[in-house]
Amino acid sequence: MARKTLFDKVWDAHVVVPETADKPAVLYIDLHLIHEVTSPQAFTVLRERGLPVARPDRTLATMDHSTPTTPVRSLADIQVVGPSAAQQIQQMQRNCEEFGIELRGFDSKERGIVHIIGPELGATQPGKTIVCGDSHTSTHGAFGALAFGIGTTEVGHVLATQCLLQRRPKTMAINVHGTLAEGVTAKDLILAIIGEIGVDGGTGHVLEYRGEAIRSLDMAGRMTVCNMSIEAGARAGMVAPDDTTFEYLANRRFAPKAAEFDRAVDRWRNLCGDVDAVFDREVSIDASSLAPMVTFGTNPGMVTPVDVALPEKPSDGSWDRALDYMRLEPGKPIAGTPVDVVFVGSCTNARMPDLEATANILRGRKVADGVRMLIVPGSQAIKAEAEAAGLHQVFTEAGAEWRESGCSMCLGMNGDTVDSGKLAISTSNRNFEGRQGIGARTVLASPATAAASALAGHVADPREYL
Amino acid sequence: MQRFTELTATTVALPRADIDTDQIIPARFLTTTTREGLGDGLFADWRFLSDGTPDPEFVLNRPEHASATVLVTERNFGCGSSREHAPWALLDYGFRAVISSEIADIFHSNSLKNGLLPIRVSDDVVKLLLSRPHKVLISVETCTLSILNDAGNTEKTIEFPLDGFSRYCLLEGIDQLGYLQGQSDAITAYANDFADSTNPAL
Repeated sequence: MARKTLFDKVWDAHVVVPETADKPAVLYIDLHLIHEVTSPQAFTVLRERGLPVARPDRTLATMDHSTPTTPVRSLADIQVVGPSAAQQIQQMQRNCEEFGIELRGFDSKERGIVHIIGPELGATQPGKTIVCGDSHTSTHGAFGALAFGIGTTEVGHVLATQCLLQRRPKTMAINVHGTLAEGVTAKDLILAIIGEIGVDGGTGHVLEYRGEAIRSLDMAGRMTVCNMSIEAGARAGMVAPDDTTFEYLANRRFAPKAAEFDRAVDRWRNLCGDVDAVFDREVSIDASSLAPMVTFGTNPGMVTPVDVALPEKPSDGSWDRALDYMRLEPGKPIAGTPVDVVFVGSCTNARMPDLEATANILRGRKVADGVRMLIVPGSQAIKAEAEAAGLHQVFTEAGAEWRESGCSMCLGMNGDTVDSGKLAISTSNRNFEGRQGIGARTVLASPATAAASALAGHVADPREYL
Repeated sequence: MQRFTELTATTVALPRADIDTDQIIPARFLTTTTREGLGDGLFADWRFLSDGTPDPEFVLNRPEHASATVLVTERNFGCGSSREHAPWALLDYGFRAVISSEIADIFHSNSLKNGLLPIRVSDDVVKLLLSRPHKVLISVETCTLSILNDAGNTEKTIEFPLDGFSRYCLLEGIDQLGYLQGQSDAITAYANDFADSTNPAL
């Protein structure tokens, strides 16, 4: 029998109808995450055809993309920016009510970015198939789940049938040897991986991250890595579950409890690739050689160590255009470039360890004059936890804004945008042209690099602030 | 879904690589709850100047390309966000097919579910098509792209990959939900076997 990768095991266990030359496989979906932006048109299809939601109990709904993050004293004060966003939010509330789905809405303490609350609630578990109308669904692969982003038509398919039609993707192992140096984080690692394989290097593949450096990461770090698999074009990213995973899940709301949890852990321990499993492709990265990484261009593959001069390249349309947009010059290091806005947040880097790393650098220091720094927790639960630990005081005393949870400035759908021409150093996942606002220039970095840059007023090496 | 059997059309070249779905349709247009009208936001930050007027330099704003319905780009078109608003915007604007040497997975899947044909061809063919507008004949029946000369005769025919099931759905103009619903017995049987929140097959 052919040796199986982690991906093979999860895929094979969810095939309802096998694929043939003529037909894709029917794949069962264990958990469907939905949010306000990519679901309304899918509910419209259900309504038009008179279909119910097949499994409301396997559907986890929240609102995150267009929700305001402006600090409010009470829920009644929340002001949605713009009439169409307000209408979209009302539509989400109506859809969930009508189709019997529990919504983690404005009044819920469990509200947050969809890829943060799934794991936080223990709904994300090893071996599950998880989908969402959002490309960063790859985040959940950190638990050894097969998790990938889908379009709205497919959201409708899952709502109606709890299944998807899928062709089996290829597999790629990303073997990360060595250990990360101090000041170098999971974010730096995944940026380096994307730089290595390219923004389309993972197209058609599911990535499995393996090796010592991955094993040493906490769950937040593994989620950061898997989150950005899509930025390498991959369908999904996965990490085999281990004790770190099981400890994270123990006692979470939807995780199995007591003896049932022990039985689940026994099953989950089998979720690793067989020793001789063959991947379609393997790539090796040496973690110990990495420095803090920052992007300098307009896609996440245009990345460089923060302390190194931007590479000189033979003239190439995309390259020239990207540097022109970013107003950066080859041959010069990006460190020292003035920063206007600092954003710590998003499904990539808005978990408790990310906020702690930010606080460790900001503590007792001041954000540079003229720099606006926003710190947006990934969920209301993280907000509460950070406040209980006193982190919000560290942030506000440093001069940063401490806000409500949501996607916020990662994509600027909720009014949190960067003005044209301004440079933002951001812990989010995409530095595309205009991603954070029309004409905004984005430098992607780790929370530590973002915090160091906020203090310096220019792109800075976090190792100087440890 | 609109049926797609054959199309004779003119191409327009957008010679850029890694065009992400944030460029195709920026996030500020995603607060809609319908599929209609997204063509207004297509490539909005490239099509319009900061005062909101069309940029006369941008290729889609040039009158000679007004009738083009096939978009040609460099590799990795449609990367980034999974927003299906991207193919909806392209279709609403009037495009029927996109040609590139590589097309991102989620965009590729979303396009096929809406009758926008994603055509993957070699770098050489892309290079040829980027050089100037071409008249092309696209057949879903034979999965071929024919490049026509001015007289309308075929100069070159290229096969492109298309999954058999997607091809069937395009030719018949049917969406895939009906097929999935037809699998309900198998789905119910699977769900009954694995009704627990954890899958004992693992």
